[in-house]
Amino acid sequence: MDATSNIKSAYAQLEGKSKNLSAFQEENWKTFSGIGIPALKHEEWKYIPIKNVFKASMNIAVEHDAFDQSALSNYILPGTEDANHIVFYNGRFQEHASKINEKDKLVVKSLEIAAGDEDAAFVETNLGNSQGYHPDGVNALNGAFAAGGAFIKIKKGAVISQPLIIYHFADSSNGFRFSQPRILVSVEDNAQVTIVETYVNHGGGESLTNEVIEICTGRDSITRYIKLQNEGNLSNHTGTTHVRQLERSNTHAVTITLDGAVVRNNLNMVMEDEHAESHMYGLYLLKGNTLADNHTIVDNRMPHCESNELYKGIMDDQSTGVFNGKIFVRKDAQKTNAYQSNKNILLGDQASANTKPQLEIFADDVKCSHGCTIGKLDEDALFYLRARGISEKNAKALLLHAFASDILGQIENEAIKNYIETLISDRLSLEA
Amino acid sequence: MPEQQDDILEQITTSEYKYGFVTNIEADEAPKGLSEDTIRFISAKKNEPSWMLEYRLKAFQHWQKMEEPNWANVNYPKINFQDIIYYSAPKQKVAPKSLDEIDPELRNTFEKLGISLNEQKRLTGVAVDAVMDSISVATTFKEELSKVGVIFCSMSEAIQEHPELIKKYLGSVVPATDNYFTALNSAVFSDGSFCYIPKGVRCPMELSTYFRINAKNTGQFERTLIVAEEESYVSYLEGCTAPMRDENQLHAAVVELIAKEKAEIKYSTVQNWYPGDKEGKGGIYNFVTKRGICAGDHSKISWTQVETGSSVTWKYPSVILKGDYSIGEFYSVAVTNNLQQADTGTKMIHLGKNTRSRIVSKGISAGKSNNSYRGLVNVAKNASNARNFSQCDSLLLGDKCGAHTFPYIEVKNNTAIVEHEATTSKIGEDQIFYCNQRGMDTETAVALIINGFAKEVMNQLPMEFAVEAQKLLAISLEGSVG
Amino acid sequence: MLKIENLQARIEEKEILKGINLDIKPGEVHAIMGPNGSGKSTLASVLAGREDYEVTGGSVDFLGKDLLELSPEDRAKEGLFLAFQYPVEIPGVSTTNFMKTALNEKRKYQGLDPLDAAQFLKLMKEKMKLVQIDQALLSRSLNEGFSGGEKKRNEIFQMAMLEPKLAILDETDSGLDIDALRIVANGVNQLRSKDNAFLVVTHYQRLLEYIVPDYVHVLYKGRIVKSGTKELALELEERGYDFIKEEVDQAIA
Repeated sequence: MDATSNIKSAYAQLEGKSKNLSAFQEENWKTFSGIGIPALKHEEWKYIPIKNVFKASMNIAVEHDAFDQSALSNYILPGTEDANHIVFYNGRFQEHASKINEKDKLVVKSLEIAAGDEDAAFVETNLGNSQGYHPDGVNALNGAFAAGGAFIKIKKGAVISQPLIIYHFADSSNGFRFSQPRILVSVEDNAQVTIVETYVNHGGGESLTNEVIEICTGRDSITRYIKLQNEGNLSNHTGTTHVRQLERSNTHAVTITLDGAVVRNNLNMVMEDEHAESHMYGLYLLKGNTLADNHTIVDNRMPHCESNELYKGIMDDQSTGVFNGKIFVRKDAQKTNAYQSNKNILLGDQASANTKPQLEIFADDVKCSHGCTIGKLDEDALFYLRARGISEKNAKALLLHAFASDILGQIENEAIKNYIETLISDRLSLEA
Repeated sequence: MPEQQDDILEQITTSEYKYGFVTNIEADEAPKGLSEDTIRFISAKKNEPSWMLEYRLKAFQHWQKMEEPNWANVNYPKINFQDIIYYSAPKQKVAPKSLDEIDPELRNTFEKLGISLNEQKRLTGVAVDAVMDSISVATTFKEELSKVGVIFCSMSEAIQEHPELIKKYLGSVVPATDNYFTALNSAVFSDGSFCYIPKGVRCPMELSTYFRINAKNTGQFERTLIVAEEESYVSYLEGCTAPMRDENQLHAAVVELIAKEKAEIKYSTVQNWYPGDKEGKGGIYNFVTKRGICAGDHSKISWTQVETGSSVTWKYPSVILKGDYSIGEFYSVAVTNNLQQADTGTKMIHLGKNTRSRIVSKGISAGKSNNSYRGLVNVAKNASNARNFSQCDSLLLGDKCGAHTFPYIEVKNNTAIVEHEATTSKIGEDQIFYCNQRGMDTETAVALIINGFAKEVMNQLPMEFAVEAQKLLAISLEGSVG
Repeated sequence: MLKIENLQARIEEKEILKGINLDIKPGEVHAIMGPNGSGKSTLASVLAGREDYEVTGGSVDFLGKDLLELSPEDRAKEGLFLAFQYPVEIPGVSTTNFMKTALNEKRKYQGLDPLDAAQFLKLMKEKMKLVQIDQALLSRSLNEGFSGGEKKRNEIFQMAMLEPKLAILDETDSGLDIDALRIVANGVNQLRSKDNAFLVVTHYQRLLEYIVPDYVHVLYKGRIVKSGTKELALELEERGYDFIKEEVDQAIA
């Protein structure tokens, strides 16, 4: 049996079982069956052999496996014990293991339920937007299994004081685990929230998490989003974060990739209204054989929007970093300011970097620029530090740390910033 | 200002193409369409040796199995390859033995284009090979050049006279199978220029080829090959124009450059094929493959292009940096107006150690045109200490055009330093007003600002052509916007 | 030379000039002073023909021509020069090349032959001395990376090159240290003659110590509310604009 027939039989088991999402799943299944998993000759998947990641031996969860809640305590991000959290286990939402402190402001429920209650209209308009925006076989495959997903709503005007942390567990103790979490988020008008996603490979085997999270940010809302990937070198990931931005909304995303096998992150910011603002930051600090591919899109459709983007990569050993950033400025989007920058350092002598920053501009009264660099550590700076008596190893670590710190500085939540900082310092082995 | 802008936009779109006349001269043509017979016909017309015919037929067989590419950011109706005349040669009453015997009609055509085939009236220090449709009609200064051992002649002549060189180098940089249009070109190419600079020779004058499409329904498929032996230097320039015709015509050329150790080739193009009218009717499809190899250590290849013509352009002059310490450069100004589309850029492939490349691309879009930069910088695993710097700037005139930047950067060596920068901007109203206040009208102001924007590239052109090219820029954007 | 009658102008919906009257004769230097936002720079821009401003009433006669009917470039060619408060940068275009284009356009308008390279260079060298500007600066892209003082000196250099009949200096002193101010003022003074005139727009009296005006006008809320001689400038320096504001506001009340 090959990967596709494996997936097929899994789909057959859940086909038609969902009350409210069957039609959506079916539509996505049709799309997936039509276009399949992208091959290397697909322009958007040029540098990432994603087909090889899908294996015949994949375990695909179709039933609601019960999550053992006691496992969670080992993985809570330090300093965030009071935070709200949601758990996904093998790609399926675990309501019983989730903890929401501010229930009057923050609603979390299964996507299946949301599609049938007062939020049905929102689900109807927003679920699947990312696929409509950018048809893609991997995204469609997630859609076919969407009924296990979750719906999150931050109510109008609510300011959620503690971050909302989403823990994704993949149980690989019985072999290659394939999970497909699906999340739909409504940040209502004037609301403010920080959402964090983090991933745990539980069991030490191989895994692939294929995720889609779609966020609609209402007028005047502020959304902070952090994605932290540090699962281990047997964990593969394909994820899409799709953000629809309404008037004057402000979205701030930080994507940190520290470990993984083959990792693909899509981040789309669609500015649907005037005066929307988006900030996108990324750090990929890679070692071993990790391949991390960050694809970002900023789509300016209306005037007076602003976007800032900075992605930085450090590639050690045989790792490969890929960055592909696209800025669209549509015809009506006059007075757009859009900046994009990608900087890479190749440490390992087998490491490589591929970068493709793109501008597509159809309006004239705009300020857009992009820049990218691929290089090594600044030798003059290195020498300067050594001349002051700092060991070469520490000097390198210092410089790399400084290189990464722009991105870390973008994380507002102190506890999470400190935690990631520790991970990075350990990795760069800065000796005190 | 807005009203004035509209007026100026209006003016832009009505500016005339100045080389659109047709020469009435009888032509010797192949029947329309493409088959093995067409290829045999061309080969026979040129009295080619059998190895050349075989080369063509092999390319043709390969082409038949290929699919037309569609990845570029351009749109055009599907080309009917059976509706093209693949060979058209202006008939000359007698085969000219010297430049004096050239058909006066042909001579006039080139005079009108500002290209003198009369050596006495020549541009100082420039030798010209003049190609009309499928054949070379004249090459000047051959004798003078041969004194220093430089071979400069038409490709047909080179196949007859220098078969050993052609066999060795033709297709060595751009194989027939490289892509759809190179396969087509390799099968049907009819003429072009060949330059050979022997070891240690600094070519005493600029070499240039002037391409002219004249006949209706024809395609032009020329082939240029330049070989610079060790420690030699050559500067080469090509120019091109075509009559205004309602139907599109295909120009699919292949250019190959080979620079041996310490050799330098400077290749400049001023491309002014007919761009079509303001509704986008007619114009040349310019689908060209240009590639050079820095085969030897310390060699250098520099491409400079000023692209103002053609309705659709699809072209990426590239350098393979094989020799250690070799240098590749690409300087480009691409102007699109009305409904023109250009997808152009370069590829710098770093293979040798300590190789350097530099890319400066300036795109100017006006009217309803689309202008894309597409480039690749690739640093291979063993190419230690490779350096690249790229600067891609776009200038937009008006809000109906598009500017696109698609750079691909692939680095597999950790000692490389690659930097890429791109900006998009428009001509500021405050810049125009400042110029107005100093007494310049808006047109002069725009021309001044555009030439400033493109200066870094224009400076790379040989002196003799820089002025012409500057005028051309101003003409193609006549009365541009603020 | 310049006669402004009841000039009114607005930008978008905002009335800025509410009826300006001013008469400038050859050989005169007029200073326009006033608090921030009084309309000083607007007046300069309207005279130069900036199209962001809409003239809603009044007339301007310049050497017998209706100035408001002329395009900005024709105003320049007729002999009106504006030294900008914020000179723009034009990448890739050297000041030399820029000036050559401007000068020869003007000569063409006057029916004169263009200057050739040698004549132009000679003229340029002559004028460079006036403002102590360096050749190297003129070879660089226009105003790109220039310091504030260099930009202003460049404006005066251009004025010297174009020999206008009427020069409007729009806050030429802003951002200048004393040395630079002196150089700029010296340049202006050497260009003064009985045939040309200057309109000096400034917020401070300091510049007027170096460029001594024949008349001083105070602009406030879009009108000239007080005119006098150079002593008025001194009075303003001592007492500030407040006393004028009070006078005017009381009169309105």
